[in-house]
Amino acid sequence: MDGIHDMGGMHGFGKVEPQRDEPVFHAVWEGRCLALSRALGAIGAWTIDESRAGVEALPPDVYLSRSYYGKWALRLQNMIIARGLAGSDEIAAGHALRPGKPPTRKFAVADVARTLTRGSFDRPAQSPARFKAGDRVRAKNIHPPTHTRLPRYARGHVGVVEAIRGCHVFPDTVAIGAGENPQWLYTVVFAGRDLWGETADPTLMVSIEAFEPYLESVQQ
Amino acid sequence: MTRDDDQDDHHEHGSELSEMQLRVRALETVLAEKGYIDPAALDAMIEAYETRIGPHNGARVVARAWSDPAFKRALIEDATEAVQSLGLINRVGDHLIAVENTPTLHNMIVCTLCSCYPWEVLGLPPVWYKSAPYRSRAVSDPRGVLADFGLTLPAGTQIRVWDSTAETRFIVVPMQPAGTEDWSEDRLAALVTRDCMIGTGLPKSPKDAL
Repeated sequence: MDGIHDMGGMHGFGKVEPQRDEPVFHAVWEGRCLALSRALGAIGAWTIDESRAGVEALPPDVYLSRSYYGKWALRLQNMIIARGLAGSDEIAAGHALRPGKPPTRKFAVADVARTLTRGSFDRPAQSPARFKAGDRVRAKNIHPPTHTRLPRYARGHVGVVEAIRGCHVFPDTVAIGAGENPQWLYTVVFAGRDLWGETADPTLMVSIEAFEPYLESVQQ
Repeated sequence: MTRDDDQDDHHEHGSELSEMQLRVRALETVLAEKGYIDPAALDAMIEAYETRIGPHNGARVVARAWSDPAFKRALIEDATEAVQSLGLINRVGDHLIAVENTPTLHNMIVCTLCSCYPWEVLGLPPVWYKSAPYRSRAVSDPRGVLADFGLTLPAGTQIRVWDSTAETRFIVVPMQPAGTEDWSEDRLAALVTRDCMIGTGLPKSPKDAL
């Protein structure tokens, strides 16, 4: 989706403003919002790719005007309703008006430890890797209207495969409920001047983590 | 809710703050009453991110890499395995990749599409890492971004930006400050800042350490 979330290379957002001695959470609700989101992911309400797509689906003006956890809270509410975990009437009332959707699996204290470790996204390969380190590849000029992890700034540009990272769950299909569809993942590095033109910093190299369907071969 | 209710975490007005608190509390209450979550489990998760899981873990990793060349080689080879072997924190998830700064190469980490960040070694990302200014400019104008952090690198230093567009996660191993070769790991770890492991800073100078 060519959305506002795909920010690499955009102008006009101003300076980066680090905050000294920043707290982990700036308000109590931020921590509750993060924990609720992780908990529902852990009981299988949604995958990480579906949850990213949930933030990307927010209208651009909302995306830009909300804080980070403000976006999470909106996403959480939207997805709770979309998944049928609770109704908007219940959220408005602030109380359950009906029993939970069976079979209910409760996120309990014993489940916390495993949520603190990232899951594995490695999957058995369905076919050999098409590219190897050193290959020149072009990021395809694609514009899927659904979730993708190929940033716009790389599309159409030629880079070099630096490493093969294994065969991983493919976000583009997971996010639309079309299965894990594992794909080879590569680190592909681009020269800054190929991405941004002659005025770019000549010392700049930028890499993306690119799934095989994002790439096409270039005459070596 | 109006548009600017919560646009800036640092400047929320009391009424807006309570609006978000009420909204999230309503979600939590409904989900708890319907049997999906135990609020005590949320408490435990929040406590972990506020105390145990943070950049102090990454600092231990870097300090070990500086003082043990074999560990550094193992770290660059497979950071998930190497960090695991330190037994610092709970298990480290897959696909952690350590990238090393050298006198001619400076690495920076970004996620232009969302907020991907190596939580297990650095904790939750700071607001600036998730902000539009950082995400938009890190890949096109990294020296400008570094200037926002008060950092100027030699003009000839190559800059490599890693955009975290998949489930691989990156941590920068900065260069060890000169004059600390015989320091203990504890003293070295105190030099390692969060920002130097993202690539937007350098380690503290030995003379600024205790």
